[in-house]
Amino acid sequence: MFGTIPAAIAGSLGTLPALLAFSAEPLAHLRALDIAIIAIYFGMVIWIGVYLKGQSNTSEEFFMAGREMTAWIAGLSFVSANLGSLELMGWAGSAYQYGILATHWYWIGAIPAMVFLGLVMMPFYYVCKTHSVPGYLDLRYGRAASSVAAISFAIEMILMSGVNMFAMAVVMKVVLGWDISFSIIVSSVAVALYVGLGGLRSAIFNEVLQFVLIWGGALLVPILGMIQAGGVTGLKKQIMHNMQTMTGSGVSGDSYFHMWRDLGHFSANPMGVHWTGIVFGLGFVISFGYWTTDFLVVQRVLAAHNLRAARLAPIIASFFKMATPFIVILPGLLGLVLLQNADGSRRQLVGEDVVASCSMTGDGAVADVAGCKVAMAKTSLTPDAQQKVLAGGPDAELHSYNQALPLMMVRYLGPGLLGLGITALIAGFMSGMAGNVSAFSTVWTYDIYKALINKRGSDSHYVLVGRLSIMIGVAVSIGAAYLVMHAHGIMDYVQALFSIFIAPLLAAILFGMFWTRATKLAGFIGLLTGIIFSASLFMWVKLVPSALANVALSPDAKPMAENVFRALWAFIFSAVVIVVTSLLTKARPIAELDGLVYGATKLPKEDPVPWYKSEYTWALLVIVLFAGLNILFW
Amino acid sequence: MHGSKIPIWFFIGVLLLIYGGMTFCYGIYEWQTGSYPPLVQLTQLHAPVWWGGVLGLLGLFYVVKFRPGRAGK
Repeated sequence: MFGTIPAAIAGSLGTLPALLAFSAEPLAHLRALDIAIIAIYFGMVIWIGVYLKGQSNTSEEFFMAGREMTAWIAGLSFVSANLGSLELMGWAGSAYQYGILATHWYWIGAIPAMVFLGLVMMPFYYVCKTHSVPGYLDLRYGRAASSVAAISFAIEMILMSGVNMFAMAVVMKVVLGWDISFSIIVSSVAVALYVGLGGLRSAIFNEVLQFVLIWGGALLVPILGMIQAGGVTGLKKQIMHNMQTMTGSGVSGDSYFHMWRDLGHFSANPMGVHWTGIVFGLGFVISFGYWTTDFLVVQRVLAAHNLRAARLAPIIASFFKMATPFIVILPGLLGLVLLQNADGSRRQLVGEDVVASCSMTGDGAVADVAGCKVAMAKTSLTPDAQQKVLAGGPDAELHSYNQALPLMMVRYLGPGLLGLGITALIAGFMSGMAGNVSAFSTVWTYDIYKALINKRGSDSHYVLVGRLSIMIGVAVSIGAAYLVMHAHGIMDYVQALFSIFIAPLLAAILFGMFWTRATKLAGFIGLLTGIIFSASLFMWVKLVPSALANVALSPDAKPMAENVFRALWAFIFSAVVIVVTSLLTKARPIAELDGLVYGATKLPKEDPVPWYKSEYTWALLVIVLFAGLNILFW
Repeated sequence: MHGSKIPIWFFIGVLLLIYGGMTFCYGIYEWQTGSYPPLVQLTQLHAPVWWGGVLGLLGLFYVVKFRPGRAGK
């Protein structure tokens, strides 16, 4: 799963298939010790699945992990399901391109929404005892709205899983030289085994394990990088120096260190975004849409053993989310100054399309010299660097932004440590995929199969359906992966699904949860027309690229701005439709909304706890830290 | 973790202990023989030794604290 803003990095990852044309040597060669580390990891995750099979016999155990998770386990699983390896590499690459601005996707793009989920929304999800987000829509708006959400979510999950599977296999081919089919089959079979055997409990257990491995494998890179760069002062100084020779876009190198200062105009920052898009589009619509309504992550919190644990889980997760830039953004920034070619010159990374255009033949010469020249002319590569690429030979090949993190790993991690780093990438991929298939299985079984196909099955029948849906879901994902391999253009469309669905869903959930007047018909129509509106905006820009200026309200806007503004317009559209339709239709009696809507629900009283165990204390701390960090990097 | 005999933290401890031990031992071998990988930077800091040690100790702590017979105490 791409994480917070899938479509935001779609622009860079969408061209990953082009790397299949890449014929250079892999970046790294694993030794026996590294391979042993990776093999032990696979053995451990399957052992966990086999061990937990005996504890996943009922539907409550299989789909909801028995609702037995502590706040820590639910919280770490919540943040780990989002921490996919493509997200790690994609955002490290974005930090290389855009500087510290990429951190917005970790801070304002996550923290306020996570705190809001814990303190405000979780009681409603938890008290109504829903098994899924479409399940909540069923209780609040009825079967029609729920079915729209369930079917769109199921399709999105399975296709996203396939696309991510393929993208990860491409990365493994480029970094390690692994065969595409080998990576796809081995990783997907492992995920199918451990989730199919142990259900959500196994997925959650493994996500916590994967979270620790991701940090254990990736943390050393920024530590060693900062030592070599001479600390924060040295890093800043070198980036400023490099930017003077690199950008040529009118954006100052200083902009790479400011999160807010240069967001007053689209052209004043390297990302080409405006603060209104970051605050309202990213910070509100996309972030709240993902963290509070995407069942992939919400399912983890619903598995908590009581309401307090369910409220604490996202707040615990928010601390780790806030720390993630240390292993993602910082390596990207360090890559700007530390990555070198074998001759000691600075290695400049470029987009995947440029790498593909300059792919080399087996004897080290550029295959399409004219195409390569045209592609490089659009980059900030110096004339010397361009000449070197065209001359061909060893160490002449280009590398893409998304390879910033693997390149940094190869730079600092020798045998053993490299195995840990690669295991971290594989673990990130598998945690994301397990999240996709476990959420798909629950929505398919409860909200589609049970709701629309077979309402009278036994409990064991639904567990069997759940297990089978995981196997079938993984098989369809593999099919989607091969489809993308042979029809690259599909990737952009699949990655856009998230951003198309999430904004209308957020509008439906927020009005449903906080406005007693919202009616069943309004929920259904608002959701459906919002999806159509959002898809239309996407297709408009896809077919007429100049329409980006209309969607993002500026001719200086870049693709990153489109995603945040499209989400904002789709949310506003859905909200207007819901409000107008609600006022024109008859509201449900208040008594029917108990447990579903703020103002109509008497929330259960929780046992008093000391202040240091209170979710409010920790929420306050995370908000203070969030504000402090934004001011520090203003 | 309720309802399971082996806590997740024990699994994590086992894995970290194994990984830490393997990395630490290789780091010591590397240090003693001086056979550093040619393209890796900052080998003089002996990262496999101290990072492997940290992971191993963390793993040992989790294995002891969350060993199955002790879970729930």
